[in-house]
Amino acid sequence: MDLFEYQGKQYFARYGIPISPGEVADTVEEAVAAAERIGYPVVVKAQVQVGGRGKAGGVKLAADRPEVEVHAGNILGLDIKGHVVRRLWIEHATDIEKEYYASFTLDRAAKLHLAMVSARGGVDIEQVADEAPEAIARRHVNPLDGLSLADARALAEEAGLDPEALDGAAEVLVNLYRCYVEGDADLVEINPLVLSVEHRVHALDAKVTLDDDAAFRHPEWQEFEGTGEIDERERRAKERGLNYIGLDGTVGIIANGAGLAMSTLDVVNQVGGSAANFLDIGGGANADVMAAALEVINSDAKVRAILVNIFGGIVRCDEVARGILTALDRVELSSPIVLRLDGTNAKEAREIIAGRSSDKIISEPTMLSAARRAVEVAAAGLGTETVGGRS
Amino acid sequence: MSIFVDETTKVAVQGLTGSQGRFHGLRNRAYGTRIVAGVTPGKGGTDVEGVPVYDSVAEAVEREGVDATFVAVPPKAAPAAILQAAEAGVGLVVCITEHIPAKDEAHVAARLRRDFPATRLIGPNCPGIISPGKCNIGITSGDIALAGGPVGIVSRSGTLTYQALHELSQQGVGQTTCVGIGGDPVPGTTFVDVLEAFEADPETRAVMMIGEIGGEAEELAAEYIKTKMSKPVVAYIAGQTAPPGRKMGHAGAIVSGSRGTAQAKMDALAEAGVTVARNPTEAGELMVEIVRSLG
Repeated sequence: MDLFEYQGKQYFARYGIPISPGEVADTVEEAVAAAERIGYPVVVKAQVQVGGRGKAGGVKLAADRPEVEVHAGNILGLDIKGHVVRRLWIEHATDIEKEYYASFTLDRAAKLHLAMVSARGGVDIEQVADEAPEAIARRHVNPLDGLSLADARALAEEAGLDPEALDGAAEVLVNLYRCYVEGDADLVEINPLVLSVEHRVHALDAKVTLDDDAAFRHPEWQEFEGTGEIDERERRAKERGLNYIGLDGTVGIIANGAGLAMSTLDVVNQVGGSAANFLDIGGGANADVMAAALEVINSDAKVRAILVNIFGGIVRCDEVARGILTALDRVELSSPIVLRLDGTNAKEAREIIAGRSSDKIISEPTMLSAARRAVEVAAAGLGTETVGGRS
Repeated sequence: MSIFVDETTKVAVQGLTGSQGRFHGLRNRAYGTRIVAGVTPGKGGTDVEGVPVYDSVAEAVEREGVDATFVAVPPKAAPAAILQAAEAGVGLVVCITEHIPAKDEAHVAARLRRDFPATRLIGPNCPGIISPGKCNIGITSGDIALAGGPVGIVSRSGTLTYQALHELSQQGVGQTTCVGIGGDPVPGTTFVDVLEAFEADPETRAVMMIGEIGGEAEELAAEYIKTKMSKPVVAYIAGQTAPPGRKMGHAGAIVSGSRGTAQAKMDALAEAGVTVARNPTEAGELMVEIVRSLG
């Protein structure tokens, strides 16, 4: 789960990482009230989970009340790369002397945590990594050892942070590591980490991605539920316990297993189509799960064909076929469905499906032929009436 | 020969009394795997269809001489279960558990490296390992595998592993061993570990590798293949059309920024001399051709 800046900052604050005083505002009135409490000048910041909001006009300095009114009014409702701003973070403006960068994430290859610190903050770190990799100091942290204050200070020094920032930065790094580990984050990033003219080091931005698998030991994460920018289709799928990601194409995809689902997207693309979604129904593939999956896909108005790609291993294909037919009795489909059932008992499964074949239920023996057929059906158009019946 | 397991491997199932452990453990036994014990704290002295259950892995090792364990316990309990097997001196631990927090996986990896270097972990979040006709530990259906080699399979994905086994078996091409390394960010066993073992295994004459987006494991595999591997490799990378920033099911399958893309991985593998397929079916066909050309 990705947190918004304001949530990330509040998460940082729990671990003793200094942030600027600030408040959330959902309306111009709330923004003004927050600014009055915080004290001018303030920065009005759009809360969206996408980079480049500054350039898009989503971050503005306001010296007084009328400026807050103007900026808050302009930013609320602003569309930043498809993300509409619904919430603002109003914080006291900082007089910045220097901008740095600090983050922790996992180095999968080394199987160790990785700290990255740079004196070149405030810009896209991937760009820094490409142009001047030596400007980023990196250090692996073994989870059994942790990060000491002395290590953190040495890292800040190696990164070329200014002498007056070293103590403050070291303390931030130690607390940021704690936030990363104890807070079960996949990523914590401060960009920029600033040295103010008063020589105070604090986080001016916050990027936090939480590890959903650790939610069981973080009841406090409940406050983040429902605040994210979730696609309506994804919300519906999540309610049904499905692993779904919404995309923009016309072929609805249902597959068992994440790898097979990903692969199905690829194959649909290779034969000239585009997937409407990623949907992994897992190993079970029974009638209930299939019905829930079909309901979610059916509610997507862009879908023109549904491709069900199941590989039966322990779950036998004939069981899956019966499950699909039961599900089809329960869900009125608005698009034709192309079925590819392969693996254990695939032949029996195809016989079961053949008994019900129609314009709307088409069976294909391989992943490629099924993808081709689904793409044809989707291209053929808008209604099931136009689809020729073959099986 | 096979890698990591064979017909003599004695296996204990950690969590044999649970629904997953019982179902898959007994299936593995029916396949011919030597399932010699179950481990469930507090259930020692009982049995599951004749398989004796012990309170700890150490006890199972002492009484039954366990070589490998199959961890089929929930995510909260799995890290401790893995370490318990390592502490008991078990050489191979296969963990199918999904949704273990990444911090716990990193901790387990660090403990294994520092304290138990002789223990190999396969997984977590993997289908397991099967050496057709000899040993099956995990959730792979034995029906879709074919004994006799000469292909070794290594994969990050479960269903695509099955797909690969099936494509080859249908064509009469057997497998020496098929290792599912799992789709999590910190796999115990990596592509390189398995490729090294296949390279050293005389019966394995070609390798099929199935990767997916995220991380750099495939790039590291490409580096290994380029410099150290003599056997032909066919690869397929899933997620060529995956949008950046979205986890495609597996915790490890995510394109972040410009890193972890399928294209970068495919390019690295092609550059290392690997035959790169565009989809699983093509991978199967290409592998069948290679095997036939080996004679």
